[in-house]
Amino acid sequence: MTTTSVTDRPEAPAGPTGHRLSALLHNRPGLRLGGLLAGPVAWLGVVYVGSLVVLLISAFWTIDTYTGALIRSFTLTNFETLFTQSVYWHIIGRTVAIALAVTVFDFLLAMPMAFFMAKVASPRSRRWLVVAILTPLWSNYLVKAYAWLVMFSNGGLIDWVTKPFGVGNPGLSTTATVITLAYLWLPYMVLPLFAGLERLPDSMLEASGDLGARPWYTFRHAVLPIVTPAILAGCITTFSLSLGDYIAVSIVGGTTQMIGNVILSNVGSANNLPFAAALAIVPAVIMLVLLAAVRRTGALDAM
Amino acid sequence: MKRRWLRLAAVSAVALTLAACGGGGGTTPSGKPAAVPSIPMKQSIGKGEGQLNLIAWAGYVESGQDDPKVDWVHPFTQQTGCHVNVKVAGTSDEMVTLMRTGQYDGVSASGDASLRLIYGGIVAPVNTKLVPNYADVAPYLKDAAWNSVNGQMYGIPHGYGANVLMWRSDKLPSAPDSWSVVFEKNSPATGHITAYDSPIYIADAALYLKAHNPSLGITNPYELTQKQFDASVNLLKQQNAMVHDYWSNYLNEVHAFKAGDDWAGTSWQVIANTAQSEGAPVKTIVPSEGSTGWSDTWMIASHAQHPNCMYKWMNWIASPQVQAQVAQWFGEAPANPKACAYTEKGFCQTYHVKDYAYYKRVAFWATPIPSCGNGQNNCVDYSKWTQAWTDIKG
Repeated sequence: MTTTSVTDRPEAPAGPTGHRLSALLHNRPGLRLGGLLAGPVAWLGVVYVGSLVVLLISAFWTIDTYTGALIRSFTLTNFETLFTQSVYWHIIGRTVAIALAVTVFDFLLAMPMAFFMAKVASPRSRRWLVVAILTPLWSNYLVKAYAWLVMFSNGGLIDWVTKPFGVGNPGLSTTATVITLAYLWLPYMVLPLFAGLERLPDSMLEASGDLGARPWYTFRHAVLPIVTPAILAGCITTFSLSLGDYIAVSIVGGTTQMIGNVILSNVGSANNLPFAAALAIVPAVIMLVLLAAVRRTGALDAM
Repeated sequence: MKRRWLRLAAVSAVALTLAACGGGGGTTPSGKPAAVPSIPMKQSIGKGEGQLNLIAWAGYVESGQDDPKVDWVHPFTQQTGCHVNVKVAGTSDEMVTLMRTGQYDGVSASGDASLRLIYGGIVAPVNTKLVPNYADVAPYLKDAAWNSVNGQMYGIPHGYGANVLMWRSDKLPSAPDSWSVVFEKNSPATGHITAYDSPIYIADAALYLKAHNPSLGITNPYELTQKQFDASVNLLKQQNAMVHDYWSNYLNEVHAFKAGDDWAGTSWQVIANTAQSEGAPVKTIVPSEGSTGWSDTWMIASHAQHPNCMYKWMNWIASPQVQAQVAQWFGEAPANPKACAYTEKGFCQTYHVKDYAYYKRVAFWATPIPSCGNGQNNCVDYSKWTQAWTDIKG
């Protein structure tokens, strides 16, 4: 009865096919890697890069102005309009200026905050400060933008605060847009800076101080080189988020137009998708140039 | 090795997309007025097909989803056996794009979309004899530029309204009776003017110039020659310096007038009603130059899979009781004046229903196309309007 030898017992729950498959994968590491990466690479290639390629191609098409149907033949008309009409240059310039202003503003606000959180606050209060920074991210973007609309309105909070000092309320304007965007994206600047500063050993600050360096010198030569990748991460996020925004500006911007608004009006009211695609390439190119420049500084390697 | 892989991936992605985009060409750019495609008109209505797929503005097809009491879809289904599936569209262009998919039976198109649908062969002419309630529709909505071509109706009118001039009675020194308060320099509302954020607003400037600059010879604010168009665009560029904001979401406008950010600008009656009910001292008028307005039409797809249900729907939505419900829910004048027997007291006075003289002064939105009414072909088309609108806002 006990003739069944130990070797006859099936080794693994997998059947013969599973067996062979695992043996195959074991023997061919390339296949194993390929199988693992096929999904993510297909996602990146088809969904991510593919859609960008479609965007690029459709930027060279036009539409039939009667029926709105796509005309799939190669033409440079869209780019010609984009580059020859000064209004688009103004809008691109304004958008970049707004994004830059938001980034600088956020950096100036976030750097002391992050430094305090990472180096000064006690571990207990640090936890609460991180929660406080993250909390606004839980509420909806639109709610926050509309809250700013109410504040910038006639008789709103900003009127009430600035009137006694004789400072005018910016009203719905480009300034209001910069302030609102700076508020919206501030956590995206604070968090990477905080993470970067946390990694900075306290001993380095102490050593610098002991060697007689003044605070600014310490910041410039001890802190900055180490947190530069964090600063760039924060700046790139803030800049690119501002560059692509069109909702906040349409709520608090008054008559201000950004690239996103023009893209939206070409997708929405004009149904001119090819021209919208041509316009959409502009912020993409700006970001590519920016990233290439950042890469040259070598900061991306440390990221 | 790494680089080769990257290049390979990029090349295959491009190849894939090119392959995907290869088909379906063959459309030619048209600079001339296209002929209206000849699409057969339905001659009789049979039994309902059991389903109906519609594209509509928000608030036009209510089955109690927003308010359980607001429901004119379930009674329709009970009566006809047609189950209604609705896709709400946000803009006229979204409607055109959705209709082009061929998956829908009908659409509640505004005048700035209707001609594109007709010339694109996307919608079919409507046999009004098969829609008994059409007889009761206000005569000035029939055979109009925004819903018919060469005397052939392409839909059943749904409802309409004027883009009125709204102002804060406490901020302006006197009640305006002209659009000059939003267009001319030295306006008492400078810095507190609002305008509608759409290229179609150029027609408002054209309408103003029609009255104030007769040498331009503007007859129809939607059919503008290059010279007339440029003059309108320049007027709007001048206005831009005085504008506080451009509105497209009507709740934003209610807020701006309530807060006192805006003192004067183009508006809808329903916005004025809302602002008034929230305590803002606003008034409205159709100024001496007249005003622009919208008039929506139910159109049937040329390849409708459920044409019988669509005809039944067009008759249903034009019936007095349903018209009364829709008009009051959305805040517009019902196309069928008999609806006034079912509306709240005073509703039809507020919206000037049956007031022919009032609506005679309203130039309803129409799609700007190259062919002008005078048989010439030198008018500025809508794509140019859109580009100019970006230019105006700067």
